[in-house]
Amino acid sequence: MTIATAPSEFYFDHRHLLGIEGLTSAEINGLLDLAAEAADFNRQVAKKRDILRGRTQINLFFEASTRTQSSFELAGKRLGADVMNMSVKSSSIKKGETLLDTAATLNAMRPDILVVRHSSAGAVELLSQKVDCSVINAGDGGHEHPTQALLDALTIRLNKGRIAGLIVAICGDVLHSRVARSNIMLLNALGARVRVIAPSTLLPPDAERLGVEVFNSMEQGLRDADIVMALRLQRERMTGSYIPSTREFFHFFGLDLEKLKFAKPDALIMHPGPMNRGVEIDSAVADDPRSVISEQVELGVAVRMAVLEALARNLPTA
Amino acid sequence: MPTDTMTQRSGNGAQLLGHTALINARLVDPASGLDEPGGLLIENGLIADLGPHLRRNAPEGVEVIDCAGQLLCPGLVDMIVHAGDPGFEHRETLGTASRAAAAGGVTTMICMPQTDPVIDDVALVDYIERRARDTAVVHVHPMAAMTKGLKGKEMTEIGLLRDAGAVAFTNGKASVVNAQLMRCVLAYAKDFGALTVHHTEDPKLANGGVMNEGEVASRLGLPGVPSAAETIMLERDIRLVELTGGRYHAAQITCAESLAVIRDAKSRGLPVTCGVSINHLTLNENDVGSYRTFLKMRPPLRGEDDRLAMVEGLAQGDIDVIVSAHDPQDADVKRRPFAEASDGAIGVETMLPAALRLYHNNQIELPRLLAALSLRPSQLLDLPNGRLEKGAPADLILVDLATPWVVDPELLHSKSKNTPFDASRLEGRVLRTLVAGKTVYKYADPQIG
Repeated sequence: MTIATAPSEFYFDHRHLLGIEGLTSAEINGLLDLAAEAADFNRQVAKKRDILRGRTQINLFFEASTRTQSSFELAGKRLGADVMNMSVKSSSIKKGETLLDTAATLNAMRPDILVVRHSSAGAVELLSQKVDCSVINAGDGGHEHPTQALLDALTIRLNKGRIAGLIVAICGDVLHSRVARSNIMLLNALGARVRVIAPSTLLPPDAERLGVEVFNSMEQGLRDADIVMALRLQRERMTGSYIPSTREFFHFFGLDLEKLKFAKPDALIMHPGPMNRGVEIDSAVADDPRSVISEQVELGVAVRMAVLEALARNLPTA
Repeated sequence: MPTDTMTQRSGNGAQLLGHTALINARLVDPASGLDEPGGLLIENGLIADLGPHLRRNAPEGVEVIDCAGQLLCPGLVDMIVHAGDPGFEHRETLGTASRAAAAGGVTTMICMPQTDPVIDDVALVDYIERRARDTAVVHVHPMAAMTKGLKGKEMTEIGLLRDAGAVAFTNGKASVVNAQLMRCVLAYAKDFGALTVHHTEDPKLANGGVMNEGEVASRLGLPGVPSAAETIMLERDIRLVELTGGRYHAAQITCAESLAVIRDAKSRGLPVTCGVSINHLTLNENDVGSYRTFLKMRPPLRGEDDRLAMVEGLAQGDIDVIVSAHDPQDADVKRRPFAEASDGAIGVETMLPAALRLYHNNQIELPRLLAALSLRPSQLLDLPNGRLEKGAPADLILVDLATPWVVDPELLHSKSKNTPFDASRLEGRVLRTLVAGKTVYKYADPQIG
């Protein structure tokens, strides 16, 4: 394999990755090409490169995360960076420090890359304005989760060979989902037909203005879908306010084999994780051969390596 | 389906499975505007044929009922009936309520969920349907709770309840005060095509009132409920309908201001309808007299101007539905000082004769009146009833429009006797009621009556 020594010519003209919004389709494709290379590299025995050698990456997670944080950590380490994890439990936020004070404190430690997750939409962008390093949005409230959308796109591209023209059905709690927002923008940019399927109470107002077809029934929304993406239902939304119960949600909107019959026979099954089995997805579907949920996790590391690499090429070298 | 359950339930196979002809009738159908002499043929619980050609001649070998020129029209559909079952069987059961309904010409009654336990779960919808099948002589459909326990806090399983047979969703006798929850209910119910039926009264503004706010209450020294308590909640709901597009039905409006709000919403094309109770069409606050607790109800009886506004709104077609708001209460809870007595009045048996007052006073055309009692509620609830047409269920009533009579509570079929029409003179009554082609009530016939 020669991939490690043959970087593509792709130039990513941004200091931060704050969202999919604002990226051109060429930039998205460039990141996906880079990520595809990283995916091949990650299947080698020796997975260490030195692109980020000497660089410091801080993962700043104000919201609990297992897979995204470890994925970023692994991606940084495979590229040779020194990676430090800061989670909310040990941070001074608990002691009353504001977001911007935290940013100033961290900035003084001269990191090169900050990976930030925060429960408030726009918080990552606000922080990016106050630091000298590159910032990657690892999820900000109900706004965006760009690396998740990129890894979903890569998963689709590797399995289907293309994205343009595919029908992608996103099911479940679209209202509160940053994953859905980033995916809608990315998939639209690459020419897919995006649908969302949810009860009206879990749809953002004017959802169709986001460039999607809106359905309130799985039977109609899944018809001829190439990709079926189930979204995680947040536990606090499960009873009474947005939906009556998990039982009812599963009955009408849970992805099971019966409803999956409406989609194309070779439809890919995706889920950003972590799954609530028996709520938004049936175990039989999650473990079906058409499920690429584990592959999504694998490609997540590759996508994050690609993003780190693309941003690192712009980092000041002196 | 109720038609099937009625068919299976009957032991009277000869009459049921055979064909019945109703001849020499005045056929009135609010759906088609039909009003002409004729006859009607029933086969297997459905209307097989109707028209002037059947006026004199019935086909060979069928049972013939001579209607003697009386009115034959679709059976009534009553959207608000509190049947007491389960939990208040000492006041009423589905069986007694259904016999009162049959005697009043009501062939489909919608049972309210304010029971004990509250009808907020699929198993309880099943229970009502099973009890109705075993004990009721008319069609019964449950209206389910829109919030768990009718507490106004969490949405019920509207999709599963609807699949189980709930025809609409309501919060009983109380408003959902939380506007965000009401918004969610409207939006969610819309996905399932479900109708939301809401009692509108701002509880804070009602503030412990026990009758209409105004001169009469002031003289009686009773705390009043301003009609604005109803209109404010209704206006809020209309805004939420505008936001969500959910189908909304105001369970009972009682005042001119609420009617104006409904008219405005309809003129803007919103999916809004409303009902009025027979009490608010025919009685007013003065009838409370010297603290008559049988006239204590929620919403309270209003002033005469508001009553006249209701009649006019009905005549114009802006009020869609007349309900009995049948609410049996026993003597224990009614024979109390006015403020401490329970709300509610029975009415399913006297609804049609009381409504005919408006017709006899030339305040409303007969087809419009009958439509509000049968066709319109049926349409709102997606039921096949309320029409005289081939293939429709043979839920029919034969009505004597003219004969006067005096209400004797002891002769009413309801288990509770809290009628506000005690000793009232009414004109017109139901002679015969057929459900799915089978006679379930016949006036002055102790066998069936």
